[in-house]
Amino acid sequence: MPTLEFGLDTFLPVTVDEAGLPIGGDQVIRNAVEEAVLAEAVGIDSFNIGEHYRTEFMDSAGHVVLAAIAGRTERIRLGTAVTVLSTQDPVRLYTDFATLDAVSNGRAQLIVGRGSLIDSFPLFGFDLADYEELFEEKLDLLVRLLRQQPVTWSGNFRSPLMDQFVSPPIPAGHIPTWVGVGGSPQSVIRAARFGLPLMLAIIGGRPERFAPYVELYKRALQQHGQSELPIGLHSLGFVAETDDEALKIQWPYYKEQFEWAARERGWRPPTYGQFLAEVDHGSMYVGSPETVAQRIAAVMRTLSLSRFDLHYAIGRIPHDRRMATVELYGREVIPRVRELLTAAPEPDDAAAVVGT
Amino acid sequence: MTSVASIELAEGVASTTRPEVDDLSLGIVGAGKFGTTLARAAVAAGYDVAISGSGPAGDIALTIDVLAAGTRAATTDEVVRHADIVVLAVPTHRFRELGSDLFAGKILIDATNYWEPVDGHDPELTAAPGGTSTIVQEHFPSARVVKSLNQLGYHQLQEHQRPKGAPDRIAIGAAGDDHLAVRQVMRLLDRLGFDPVDAGPLNNGLPLEPDGSPIATTYSADELSKLVTR
Repeated sequence: MPTLEFGLDTFLPVTVDEAGLPIGGDQVIRNAVEEAVLAEAVGIDSFNIGEHYRTEFMDSAGHVVLAAIAGRTERIRLGTAVTVLSTQDPVRLYTDFATLDAVSNGRAQLIVGRGSLIDSFPLFGFDLADYEELFEEKLDLLVRLLRQQPVTWSGNFRSPLMDQFVSPPIPAGHIPTWVGVGGSPQSVIRAARFGLPLMLAIIGGRPERFAPYVELYKRALQQHGQSELPIGLHSLGFVAETDDEALKIQWPYYKEQFEWAARERGWRPPTYGQFLAEVDHGSMYVGSPETVAQRIAAVMRTLSLSRFDLHYAIGRIPHDRRMATVELYGREVIPRVRELLTAAPEPDDAAAVVGT
Repeated sequence: MTSVASIELAEGVASTTRPEVDDLSLGIVGAGKFGTTLARAAVAAGYDVAISGSGPAGDIALTIDVLAAGTRAATTDEVVRHADIVVLAVPTHRFRELGSDLFAGKILIDATNYWEPVDGHDPELTAAPGGTSTIVQEHFPSARVVKSLNQLGYHQLQEHQRPKGAPDRIAIGAAGDDHLAVRQVMRLLDRLGFDPVDAGPLNNGLPLEPDGSPIATTYSADELSKLVTR
């Protein structure tokens, strides 16, 4: 079994204080640093920040936050979840993360993908219709910069490079870069073609339905002559002392997120029944440490995963509750998942666990 | 005019007025998560399915082999020639890249859903008072557009297929101006494992569109019939 990695992912949501009032964006960012420092203290392997350009998320310059975390920690890996590569300049992305890798003594990592929102396209002057071409071209350049400099390269969306060295240099194999996919088969194949590990973003429905995508990835790796590579999963969740407490805290904030959109557009917010179904057998890992650990271990076995990232505390859940989830995830959930996976039953038993 | 499409009605119409009832060919344009999931469901229902991506058939060969075994990977032109019913399963912001005459005379099931945060701002689709399929019909004037198969997330399509008569069988609507086309789509829905509901003309498409919940609501045939007649 490859080395297991357990991460935390966050978009730095604007949270509320104890009185239910939103706190300032600057405080949200400093709170995230505290959450990451705690994450290291309780043994979590990585802390990964998204990339959005909206009023409810403060993660528009995640690499700066990661650098601050680097200065306060020694071991935890520092990454993205996800970097919206299509609207970034790969050269700038390289310089940011090679520098982060240096200040953190080799702890930088990336997940590149589309993300589910497209705000960065109009903001930076890109056309969503070019999405596929943009991603393909930028991934090609990024991978070249990471793997072998100098780089000679030309494309359609930026100026060409001729025998170009970009500083700072990084040691071979540094800045592991995963490709995040949300279910597009072509994206799965692209990850394999570039020889990059696969990060599945599953935010709804039964996770076992992604088993064919895992198979597709493995077949595509073979077809492109690549060796076996790790597969990870990003899903939503919240951990509290008991199942009831976790549900009680997470549900109103989950609901609230969609109610805003519902008011604006005349949409229907999710029902509590739908939320419970996701918690029970879908893609939300909400509950006591034991409940969450059982579900994570089951999905890791079923999909042959070696990495699991918990996108923790959805919505405006206050900082102290977020801290409590970080602590329980690190101190109780992760050790329990490791224990469950070490005592791995036959694959048939694993499927049974998922089905319960 | 809206009626609950009981299975008997759909079958009765089929056997008396459509001699080609046994035409089990289906085309799917779009080999993404939805297209491949639908292909798998259609193959299981006994259909001969051809599917295309945006390029040559070889580009999607491995995807189809793994995700939709038994389906033929083809070019979009071949898919259109393959069947009288073709499903439009491309990302919504890309349907305008397809030629306006591509589906001439064909039944085109518009399974796309427009969601601005994902598809980008499209003034025409945002404003469409009769639902986005009316815009799709305008782009493909010679196609017999039926709005259907858009109500469920692709994973729900997989999880909710049930045999005829199952108590928890859910409904999928079909809205279109060509009644014969709507009935043929209803027959397809039934064979796929869903209770078909006639949702009226194409410009009655709004009730079939996503309501913004992260998890699409599922309905019984009775519930959906009420929803589309409101």
